[in-house]
Amino acid sequence: MIQLSVNSLSKSFDSIQVLSSLSFHVNKGEFVSVIGPSGSGKSTIFNLIGGMLLPDEGSIMLGEAEISGKRGSISYMPQTPSLMPWRTILQNVLLGQEIMGKTEPETARKMLQKAGLGGYENAFPHELSGGMKQRTAFIRALLSPQPIILLDEPFSALDELTRHDMQKWLLDIWNEHKPTILFVTHNIEEAIYLSDRILILGSKPAKVVQEYTVPFARPRMEEIFLDEKFLECKRSIHHALKELSFKSD
Amino acid sequence: MINVFRKGWRPAAVLLLLFILWELSVNLAEVPAWLLPPPTDIIHEAVFGWDGFRPHLQSTVLLSLRGFAIGTFIGLLTAVILHLLPFIRESVYPLLILSQNVPIIVLAPLLVVWFGFGILPKLIVITLVCFFPITVAALDGFRQTPADLRHYMLMAGARRGQLFWKLELPHSLPSLFSGLKISATYSVMGAVISEWLGAKAGIGVYMTLASSSFRTDRVFVAILAIMLLSLLLFGGILLSERLLIKWKSRESGRK
Ligand SMILES: Nc1ncnc2c1ncn2[C@@H]1O[C@H](COP(=O)(O)OP(=O)(O)OP(=O)(O)O)[C@@H](O)[C@H]1O
Ligand SMILES: [Mg+2]
Repeated sequence: MIQLSVNSLSKSFDSIQVLSSLSFHVNKGEFVSVIGPSGSGKSTIFNLIGGMLLPDEGSIMLGEAEISGKRGSISYMPQTPSLMPWRTILQNVLLGQEIMGKTEPETARKMLQKAGLGGYENAFPHELSGGMKQRTAFIRALLSPQPIILLDEPFSALDELTRHDMQKWLLDIWNEHKPTILFVTHNIEEAIYLSDRILILGSKPAKVVQEYTVPFARPRMEEIFLDEKFLECKRSIHHALKELSFKSD
Repeated sequence: MINVFRKGWRPAAVLLLLFILWELSVNLAEVPAWLLPPPTDIIHEAVFGWDGFRPHLQSTVLLSLRGFAIGTFIGLLTAVILHLLPFIRESVYPLLILSQNVPIIVLAPLLVVWFGFGILPKLIVITLVCFFPITVAALDGFRQTPADLRHYMLMAGARRGQLFWKLELPHSLPSLFSGLKISATYSVMGAVISEWLGAKAGIGVYMTLASSSFRTDRVFVAILAIMLLSLLLFGGILLSERLLIKWKSRESGRK
């Protein structure tokens, strides 16, 4: 079943066209990554889906409903954790639910516990490390009642080791809850490790130039990083991106 | 508390030194007491004239607190209205700034003409000097919310009211408290000025009487009282800030 579909979406800023008849879809329970050069319009796609911008052309469907220009239809995790410094961790993870109406503090407590944040429910964000803040932001997105989560380069500000831990953690969470996720990243390995499908975006204007189905079964172990097939995947995606930057030069 | 002593001993020592210097020079140069009384005279008057001074002090404390409360309320209300209704902000805010250029000393006699010698013109004077710092501080706090928090709130579907209550208001609290601290000191000043215009009791009245009868020591007692009162109000606000903004005090405590 298709959860989110983006149909021939176009968007320009002033006279610069950023997106040109972009189409893709995400199935229910699927983890889809979007990978593309910097400035290719990935955040713009999220802003359109999130209703912050109106498309010039095209439509965005969530299930059966058209959601262009409708804020609050999706759950969102930004690049920076964006936690409210005056709220405790528990109050922060409940914010998404609070905005939509109903809060479930007990579920939130359980999730924090599982995320290794047990005992930090009443701490304030400045008392947490970068990785803990990102986990808090992700739990907030996971608890929000919307049927799809958009993640915009959530781990790019973290160091390599923390980033790796976070990927593993995210995969565990995904295995348990099977949320529908659209994930933006710069990191090819991250995309392969986490996703079912990878959309490679061309730039200026952006459209999906290649779609790549990741050939690994779930649940995935860390060992796949060393797999021959993994390197092959990496190589072909790298190749596709290389070709893009070559074309745009 | 230990911290207060550790930081406070230096200014206290300077102050003590200043008083000793003052005492000595007044005695050596034989300055008459009506011109500049020595600190010991002032302390003597403060202790033994306490019964005569107390009703004045009481009346000023009450007046400042009332005025401060009203000023805070009106200041906050103005800030919220100006913030939520951009149309009104654009047309009224410049006028508000202009109004602050009218010296309160000039305005006060006019208020007496309009409202008489009762408590109303006095409260208006205090409110006028109090509300502006609060309005400006709160408005700044409302408007300078971090872009990433605002973006998250909007993406998550927050409505205008939710944006205000969950983001703009809590974010403005530290800024609001800076405004409150300024206004608190202003409120004591405003109270004394309004009492000069005519009142039955108050530090302002006590001061006018003292200076017209050349009781300079009493004038200094009044000055001392005004300073202590301002300081006390300031301390009270500092304390409530610590209690209310826990996330901030802990943060700076770690640095
Ligand atoms: N509000 C806006 N007004 C004008 N131009 C914009 C606006 N938002 C984005 N752009 C432009 O659109 C293009 C795509 O920006 P976008 O932020 O979507 O890229 P991105 O793929 O997310 O980049 P990055 O990987 O660096 O985050 C950029 O050239 C940017 O200058
Ligand atoms: Mg971006």
